Amino acid sequence: MSAYALQEADTEVMAAAKPETEPLIAARNVNVFYGDKQALFDICLDVPEKQVTSLIGPSGCGKTTFLRCLNRMNDLIDICRVTGDITIGGKNIYDPDVDVVALRAQVGMVFQKPNPFPKSIFENVAYGLRINGLVDSKGELKDAVERALTQAGLIDEVHDRLEAPGTSLSGGQQQRLCIARAIAVEPKVILMDEPCSALDPIATARIEELIDSLREKFTIIIVTHSMQQAARVSQQTAFFHLGYLVEYGATDTIFTAPSDERTESYITGRIG
Amino acid sequence: MTDIIKASLPGLPRRHAAERRFQLYGKLAITLALGFLVVMIGMIGVSSIGAFTQTQIALSINFDADSLDPDGTLDPATLAQANYGSLVKAALREAFPQVKGRRDMRKLYGLVSSDAEFTLQNKVAENPALVGTTGKFWFVASDDVDQLAKGNIDASLPETSRRISDKELGWVEQLRTSGDVQRVANVSFFTSGDSREPELAGILSAVVGSALSLLVCFVLSFPIGIMAAIYLEEFAPRGRWSDLIEININNLAAVPSIVFGLLGLAILLNTFGLPRSTPLVGGMVLALMTLPTIIIASRASLRAVPPSIREAALAVGASEVQTAFHHVAPLALPGMLTGAIVGMARALGDTAPLLMIGMVAFIVDIPASILEPATALPVQVFLWADSPERAFLEKTSAAIMVLLLFLVLMNLAAVLLRKKYERRF
Amino acid sequence: MDQEHIVKSFDQDLNQIESLIIEMGGLVEAQITDAATALKRRDVELGGKVISGDKRIDALESDIDQAVVRILAQRQPMAQDLRAVVVAPKIASNLERIGDYAKNIAKRTSVLAKTEPIGSSAGTIKRMCALVQDMVKDVLNAYVSRNAETADDVRMRDEEVDQMHNTLFRELLTYMMEDPRAISPCMHLLFIAKNVERMGDHTTSIAEQVHYMVSGEIFDEERPKSDTTSTTFIEPDAAE
Repeated sequence: MSAYALQEADTEVMAAAKPETEPLIAARNVNVFYGDKQALFDICLDVPEKQVTSLIGPSGCGKTTFLRCLNRMNDLIDICRVTGDITIGGKNIYDPDVDVVALRAQVGMVFQKPNPFPKSIFENVAYGLRINGLVDSKGELKDAVERALTQAGLIDEVHDRLEAPGTSLSGGQQQRLCIARAIAVEPKVILMDEPCSALDPIATARIEELIDSLREKFTIIIVTHSMQQAARVSQQTAFFHLGYLVEYGATDTIFTAPSDERTESYITGRIG
Repeated sequence: MTDIIKASLPGLPRRHAAERRFQLYGKLAITLALGFLVVMIGMIGVSSIGAFTQTQIALSINFDADSLDPDGTLDPATLAQANYGSLVKAALREAFPQVKGRRDMRKLYGLVSSDAEFTLQNKVAENPALVGTTGKFWFVASDDVDQLAKGNIDASLPETSRRISDKELGWVEQLRTSGDVQRVANVSFFTSGDSREPELAGILSAVVGSALSLLVCFVLSFPIGIMAAIYLEEFAPRGRWSDLIEININNLAAVPSIVFGLLGLAILLNTFGLPRSTPLVGGMVLALMTLPTIIIASRASLRAVPPSIREAALAVGASEVQTAFHHVAPLALPGMLTGAIVGMARALGDTAPLLMIGMVAFIVDIPASILEPATALPVQVFLWADSPERAFLEKTSAAIMVLLLFLVLMNLAAVLLRKKYERRF
Repeated sequence: MDQEHIVKSFDQDLNQIESLIIEMGGLVEAQITDAATALKRRDVELGGKVISGDKRIDALESDIDQAVVRILAQRQPMAQDLRAVVVAPKIASNLERIGDYAKNIAKRTSVLAKTEPIGSSAGTIKRMCALVQDMVKDVLNAYVSRNAETADDVRMRDEEVDQMHNTLFRELLTYMMEDPRAISPCMHLLFIAKNVERMGDHTTSIAEQVHYMVSGEIFDEERPKSDTTSTTFIEPDAAE
């Protein structure tokens, strides 16, 4: 496909996905380079507030790269370079006056493999609250930790062993602990990078249920390899392919009647 | 039904045979290595046994009040200045009245260690009431008598080819028949410093010297090494400079230790004028030597901390310093400690740099601080091995055993520390 | 899209559903023709064949339902596959209804065979049936070739059937007014005409399913309808 045709396709994608309300996150012409290799091409994407947006696409399509642009996790990679604008709540997060630490406190992240700190369950959740100075007293801290664990649907399973190491939990519980850790600092946005890929179906179902309930308070962007999962949990779906945003729109439409042939091939499991 | 699992796949027996053969080679190699180790340590151990006992000779001493305390005041100052050597000599003359002639007399006096008069002096200082009495006391035998008693001198050889003459043999035999020779545990080996007299030489000053040097070494190299490693691994931008530094650190770890000794001599002693032969300088030189090892080991253990932990911390809004010090460094600490201890164990066994900064001196006194001249265990081994006296042979072996024990303890500490602080992630 | 699935057996499953529907459609077409022929020729034997043939159609419908349930459980189809799988039981159910109407026509044939033929009504019905059978054939072609335009075309052709039904309705009403003895056969013919008209409606429904399956769009515009029988009233004295 020629570059011209692609550009045309992208404008179409944007037009189709125009949300009714002002988007919380807006990406404009985002290009990402790893050294000489370009990983993302002119991504334009509006993420509506308090909805779940899923990013799907084959491995290496750039969906995780895009996700990690949103909390500038890519800054950690020396050879990674980002151009274009990403605004969150109207503020370009790549502006020089943006403190990346403050940004990450507002844009939480949950990773592919559950990665609790090798500390107690309590400490795992309390850490972010403490370093960000969100609590003034021990009592307040305890309340906030319990609130986060409740929101993450973990409190019933761990209330009597908050001092047990986080790593002693099962995989699914660990992942929910990581979610609790992320929501404890009350971010605006939660990024999830294939949060269920290491979990069994029951644990996955719990996380999906959790994502659904978190939608009331947070804007969630989830990268997933499971199209069924994207279809189940998200309201908006973006399909990435070879570094391009191919199609973006309401999840219902993407999974029943996608407009791009590449999307169709990918989600129906044909070679594409 | 036909055989699904074929009993003989072509080449299968050969593969099994190769497997068995390889296991056999492995076992042989380990057995061989262990064998050498056992033989070596066994030989050193056996030859060191003698050093842990000493021979003593009993003499009946007459504390002649006239010569010790002519004024009869029992004044400690007077008692301290009295000639106890003559008392020992008198006792020997009395025990062997048949010995005449100056040369024989000198040989006779040589039966007991030169330490004997100080033993008596101490006893009188402790208990002045001894003056005027007569009593039997045990004295450390000279090294030749000691060696004879331990069977290290073959009496059946012709007189000219052994260190002990027929006459001396006779005297010792006489003492032995009268029950005046005994072997006791050699406590002074662990409680005294070096000496020209093998029967009096002890290891303590070397142990203390080594311990002080290592303390200085640890205090200097551990924090510096860890900080350097954390900076290089967690903060330094990757690029030509960091590569250059990394290569140089690796090279430094391979630099022969004597070069560090020369560096210490040239800079620490000559330029900065620090006191020579002291654990301070020794420790500093050893720290220089250990630093690359600690940095390399610490970087390796930092690298072993999964990146997911860093990401987790960063994602909740921790700064990079907080991430490094709250999460990464604590997880890497056991590895860092192990690296430091292994590096220091190497430093403990190193002689060359210490030779250069003068820790090779003959030090009798036990160092009380890092600013006093001292020697170190491996240097002590070297010094004793260099001494001509037969009795220093077993002392050398014993010193090696102490050194090995020191090393084992350090490695044990490393293992225990790792066990204690190791956390799964 | 001609691309194959990475999982080959998924293609086989989808093809199986498709061939079941084609088989079912073929049978239904034959039933329509046979029922019309039996009516025209007053052939009770052929009518009996049509009645017994309906069992096979019912069996195929349940086969399709089972295949769909299995494919949904096993493959979780997406996009065009999902649409293809979802419309299959609807198409099957429509075909089954058409088959039922054909059977019903055949049943009434045994009664009508015993009475005098009423004008040219049987011929008209045969033409209606031919029209519907043509529509079924075309909609199945559209289904197989994934052609939304053909399906849309079929959907529009139902108007013709409706108009024929209107005409027949009026004609039969007039016959009944003229001669009360004709009421019984006329009533049966009316029901038969109604059946054929319903067949047309089911065919348009299939056409809508095919359209959705191909394009992913659900029809919201009203289809032109010409069935005015619900409001037809003929003055009794008009027959005089």
